[in-house]
Amino acid sequence: MATLIHHINKPLQFLYSGLLLLLVASGCYIASPYLDYHIVAFLLLLVVSVTAILFDILPVLFTAALSALVWNFFFITPYFTFRIDKTEDIILFLMYFVIALVNAVLSYKIRKVQKESLEKEEKAKTIKLYNTLLNSLSHELRTPIATIVGAADNLQHYNNKLSDINRYELISEISKASFRLNQQVENLLNMSRLESGFIQPKKDWCDMVELVYENVKRIEENTGNKKINIQVDQTIPLFKLDKGMIEQVIYNLLYNATLYTSPQSAISISARCHTDVLELVVEDNGPGFPPGEINRVFDKFYRLKNTQTGGTGLGLSIVKGFTEAHNGTISLENRDTGGARFTIHIPTETSYLKNLKNE
Amino acid sequence: MSNPNILVIDDEVQIRKLLQITLESNEYRVIQAASAKEGMIVAASHPPDLILLDLGLPDDNGHHVLQQLREWYTKPIIILSVQSSEEDIVKALDNGANDYLVKPFRTGELLARIRSAIRGNNNEETDPVIDCGSLQIDLSARVVKKHNDIIKLTTTEYALLALLAKNEGKVLTHQYLLREVWGPGYINQSQYLRVFIAQIRKKIEDDANRPGHLVTESGVGYRFVAA
Repeated sequence: MATLIHHINKPLQFLYSGLLLLLVASGCYIASPYLDYHIVAFLLLLVVSVTAILFDILPVLFTAALSALVWNFFFITPYFTFRIDKTEDIILFLMYFVIALVNAVLSYKIRKVQKESLEKEEKAKTIKLYNTLLNSLSHELRTPIATIVGAADNLQHYNNKLSDINRYELISEISKASFRLNQQVENLLNMSRLESGFIQPKKDWCDMVELVYENVKRIEENTGNKKINIQVDQTIPLFKLDKGMIEQVIYNLLYNATLYTSPQSAISISARCHTDVLELVVEDNGPGFPPGEINRVFDKFYRLKNTQTGGTGLGLSIVKGFTEAHNGTISLENRDTGGARFTIHIPTETSYLKNLKNE
Repeated sequence: MSNPNILVIDDEVQIRKLLQITLESNEYRVIQAASAKEGMIVAASHPPDLILLDLGLPDDNGHHVLQQLREWYTKPIIILSVQSSEEDIVKALDNGANDYLVKPFRTGELLARIRSAIRGNNNEETDPVIDCGSLQIDLSARVVKKHNDIIKLTTTEYALLALLAKNEGKVLTHQYLLREVWGPGYINQSQYLRVFIAQIRKKIEDDANRPGHLVTESGVGYRFVAA
């Protein structure tokens, strides 16, 4: 709550603390026949302490000074003047003034220290996250690099000892490893785009039929003979989307499905339109996700426990990030018949121009 | 005709080496330049038949180099660029680049682009009949045939297809296509392009969902491929 109030802008902080002080002061004034002015001083000090917990240093100092003056003006005889007759009242007034200021400064300082320790904790968390990233990254980048270096060494130094088949295998391993490296770089670039915080989709009209078929083709080319079932109606309207981002969303979901299911399992993708909302569904009949971990799969760098190596835990968090950049939502559930189902809803403009006859 | 000369302007030694091997083993002669300055000098002293220009050079902006070259150099320039910079690519194409390749690129792709760029530059008058297997486009008679059957195309569909086919192998940007086919007022009406491309595909492709002739260049434009 303190942080919430902390976001109130400065002029308002002055206003609120002043009002609070005046409220308490008038209460005390009404009750003054029954209240000794020393008690009033404590009540006003309390107000200063409360504002010191909530507000910035300047409004707090302002409240402290104002409270001293209010106390003097309304509660110290003679009333309604800043004049003080009795010597002990002068001492009391000065002491009040000092205590109010010290009170204000100290409370403010305590809060500052608290904030710093909180920041330190955040920093420690970030460092931990970075270490996770570096671990999974160095593995993800080094494996293909090691493959390339090893294969190249073999080809360079032992070329005449290699059988034709092995030479061909080594070369195709280099090709595969390079593809994997490129994939990881792409993911990292996308992640840093998302991390930068001001990612703005550049929307243009997209033909979902083309988009889905193209990405399925890319997946099929890159992962061998995996067949993906496509359900997109030819009459689906055009959608206004950031094509690059949606491509990445579709690609990562499909790639993820091919990576974590057996070669025989069925993967399908469908796109539908529900009045200006695009619905994308990617399903498989693989092992599905452990129920306890479903909520975490979209977290950055999160990888399911006991999964095979490979993957940085970035793919799905990018999917989520790009979907949310379109004000869309993504959900994951296990199907009753087994396997996982990702469902994406993106609200956007549609155009049925496509279905008009142009003759 | 002697083997075409290709000038490679790229600051990365490895990329230059790779390009040199690839091109030389495919009967091209290769000249190399490691910086924008060197590239400009070499291009001026021994004008090559084609230039491969990397957009990310250390000593000058690639777009600036491209503009300077285009002040006098009329032969093909193919841009090499790093991934995810569609705006860069579109800008370079607008500034007179003939085509582009995104690193990492496949060798087959590179050679196809070079062949198509050099061919497009050589015969100013294109053969009026573009023959690509089962599909024939006769530009003089304005007739398109698939498996020898005449395909009915609307005027706009034909204009779009003919424009792409005339520039066979070359990528044409969305804006260029919209301006040429629909007019300058339509350059932001990309939905027309999507719709008409989809319609033409249904008529000329064997499988409209897996197009072989009208290829989408994501974020950039479309390319007509004959083979």
